[in-house]
Amino acid sequence: MQHQIPIQKLGKEGEVMAHAIEACVHCGFCLPTCPTYVVLQEEMDSPRGRIFLMKEVLEGNLKLEEALPYLDRCLACQACVTACPSGVPYGELIATFRLWSEEKRHRFPLERTFRLGLLRTLPYPERFRPLAKLGARLKPLLKPLPLPKPLKAPLALLPDRLPEEAPYREVYPAKGERKARVGILLGCAQRVLRPSINQATIRVLQENGVEVVAVPEQACCGALNLHAGDKEGARALARKNLKAFRDVDYVVTNAAGCGSGMKEYPLLFLGEPEEEEARALAAKVKDLSVLLDELGFIPPPPPSRPLRVAYHDACHLAHAQGIREAPRRLLKAAGLEVLEPKEWELCCGSAGTYNLFQPEIAEALGRRKAENLKATGADLVATGNIGCLTQIQAYLDLPVLHTAELLALLYEGKDPLA
Amino acid sequence: MGFLEELKALLPGRVLTGEAELAPYESDALTAYRKRPLAVALPERKEEVLGAVRLCHQYGVPFVARGSGTSLSGGSLPVEGGVVIALNRMNRILRLDPKARIAVVEPGVVNLKVSQEAAPFGLYYAPDPSSQPISTLGGNVAFNSGGAHCLKYGMTANHVLGLEVVTPTGEVVRLGGESLEGVGPDLHGFFVGTEGLLGVAVEITLRLLPKPEAYHTVLAAYPSLEAAGEAVSRVIRAGLLPGAMEIMDRLSIEAAEKAVRAGYPPVEGLLIVELEGPKEEVAEEALVLEGVLRESGALELRVARDEAERQAIWKGRKAAFSAVGRLSPDYLVQDGVVPRSRLGEALREIQRLSREYGLRVANVFHAGDGNLHPLVLYDGKKPGELERAEALAGEILRLCVRLGGSLTGEHGIGVEKKGYMPEMFAPEDLLAMEEVKRALDSQGLANRGKVLPEVVRAGA
Repeated sequence: MQHQIPIQKLGKEGEVMAHAIEACVHCGFCLPTCPTYVVLQEEMDSPRGRIFLMKEVLEGNLKLEEALPYLDRCLACQACVTACPSGVPYGELIATFRLWSEEKRHRFPLERTFRLGLLRTLPYPERFRPLAKLGARLKPLLKPLPLPKPLKAPLALLPDRLPEEAPYREVYPAKGERKARVGILLGCAQRVLRPSINQATIRVLQENGVEVVAVPEQACCGALNLHAGDKEGARALARKNLKAFRDVDYVVTNAAGCGSGMKEYPLLFLGEPEEEEARALAAKVKDLSVLLDELGFIPPPPPSRPLRVAYHDACHLAHAQGIREAPRRLLKAAGLEVLEPKEWELCCGSAGTYNLFQPEIAEALGRRKAENLKATGADLVATGNIGCLTQIQAYLDLPVLHTAELLALLYEGKDPLA
Repeated sequence: MGFLEELKALLPGRVLTGEAELAPYESDALTAYRKRPLAVALPERKEEVLGAVRLCHQYGVPFVARGSGTSLSGGSLPVEGGVVIALNRMNRILRLDPKARIAVVEPGVVNLKVSQEAAPFGLYYAPDPSSQPISTLGGNVAFNSGGAHCLKYGMTANHVLGLEVVTPTGEVVRLGGESLEGVGPDLHGFFVGTEGLLGVAVEITLRLLPKPEAYHTVLAAYPSLEAAGEAVSRVIRAGLLPGAMEIMDRLSIEAAEKAVRAGYPPVEGLLIVELEGPKEEVAEEALVLEGVLRESGALELRVARDEAERQAIWKGRKAAFSAVGRLSPDYLVQDGVVPRSRLGEALREIQRLSREYGLRVANVFHAGDGNLHPLVLYDGKKPGELERAEALAGEILRLCVRLGGSLTGEHGIGVEKKGYMPEMFAPEDLLAMEEVKRALDSQGLANRGKVLPEVVRAGA
């Protein structure tokens, strides 16, 4: 698409955005895979429409505030990237645009405080844990109250009882011959809300001959901040990780958003002194499923009874990182029957903090996803992302497990349905 | 109350007028043209479409019906000061009768959705434009859309049995019915392909076909585009009627490979032939086809081994237009038709024109129908290049008409090609078209400014 974006004025970020906009031919192949378009059926809530809006804003033809409601509704799920024949790097475009526009936009004081509060607590387990504990304890009392939606939504996502997280050892030895030495990204909210995912990940890696290092100096990946346009917050976290993971072969991630977030470090440090180092780290990041698949997966003993599992593609695995086959291969190798839901490409509505800021659309998508998964006739659901897991579980009466949790149960000879 | 107030009262909360709401509706898939509409209306029921059109008629406001906005000829480009009636929310399949093999749908239903819903009954909807996962049936009807498999089964017009139409004057008419045999003139057939000039289809009755039992999809590689073109005639001469015969040239292969990795060999001319039908018949025809293709000088034959490989081949072909966006910042898609027997001649001439204008032309087309899709690649940032690309595209259109073909096979005239109508039609023909339009839409409200060139109107 033609544009008159003043690239010189906008610098490196302008180049990235202009490049993406140029690549769009406005063909519309993105429409049917865009969750907001599917729900709202309006052009400005489609990828193609948003690209047009960003172009208009960058050209100076449209006020930022006019375009923001539609840009804010984007889940950044990147289903459009998978669907796009002309190769528009939409994920880079929206992330960069959000970084660029954050300081220029107006936010109401209450909204600003809520966002800042989230961005200053969620990525820090030591801050988030006591709050989550409090929330879980107050949940039964608060639930019947007519709270505003932005408060109700996060409360609904909290578990009734917050599990205890055992302290991490620094090194977990490989079982048998050591095939690789990897650092594990422990994450932020996930380790508080569901520590079993990290434990399962370590267990599965050990079973597969991988030595796992839980570097204590690491931090949250910063994706939350990056996607909320909080550049400095994201950079501060990312810098810690650049340092912490210098000496491992790979960095293993077990949350889709963290994996793609770390792969976006080069974008975060565009034109900064850390850009090169960010590129090097990004190249070492691997999702758990990919690492196992590449190393030659040693499957657990098959389940004691036939199990049918519907696999849900987390957007930040399938669309942002192009990972669809590896987790399926693992599950099949583990002796499970893998079922495919309809509309696999459609986001479940979790999308980081999306379900907190856009609860209506998130709910519509969550219900739709749960129905599609249920319709497969599966016994349980597996997915590679805590956000999806919590979101889907809220609308589905089947067990929803992280792929790592499911595999770990099988290694332990336990029945995943028990 | 003024027009907009009445429209808003009719469609509460569903009339878009904000700047950021209107901007994304300025273009369809032909971004070289842009027009800001007065408003976008989002009806959810046919009664609301009728109400909106009546208001337009009453106030003399022009309107354009729009589906997914995938037109490549600017067919759904808004009219300045006019209303866009966006039918996307009217996306229900109202009835699917597997016994009668029909589906009754709203205009905002996406083409592919019909086949998906019909699949459990072993049925499908045959016309398959490349935009099949996106484009809506309302648009398919307006443009008489074709697709790769229309070689064997015909275009949209051959699959529409009946229509309910809101006329530009705000009346509701039912055309056709539920079977192929009707009484009186083929009025629904007449409506299909009129590009929204005669009203808005609000209900469409489609014919469904039983899904073929077997497919046999072959990739044949040729050292030249002409050789691939020549092979097409040989296949037909051998008495075969494949479901589809498509040709791609080196540039479009390169683009599609980048987008989809379909496994196309990198050659000058690639022919895709797909046989379909009962198992035994397909097996027999496959032998004949192999012989014909070998004789035609194919460098390599590759048969899709399973459904996944077949899907990959089609995915690449159907993504080709958009994928060309990877090779060039801008391009114009042409849609001329030539008689199948003159395919080689046309391709040679296009290559010559490409050299003469110094612009790359990618070719990907429905070879069996002689429906060419030359994509003229240009860079709009370079001064004069768009004009040169348009001139080259014009020459290609004239060439098609000269060879006894047509300006368009399936993309329609829209705004893009209306200037070329006099190349194909005599002034009397155009005047007759104009008169039909005026008889049904005296104010010229429905999709104003499309198809019919201004010259005629001024002279009329």
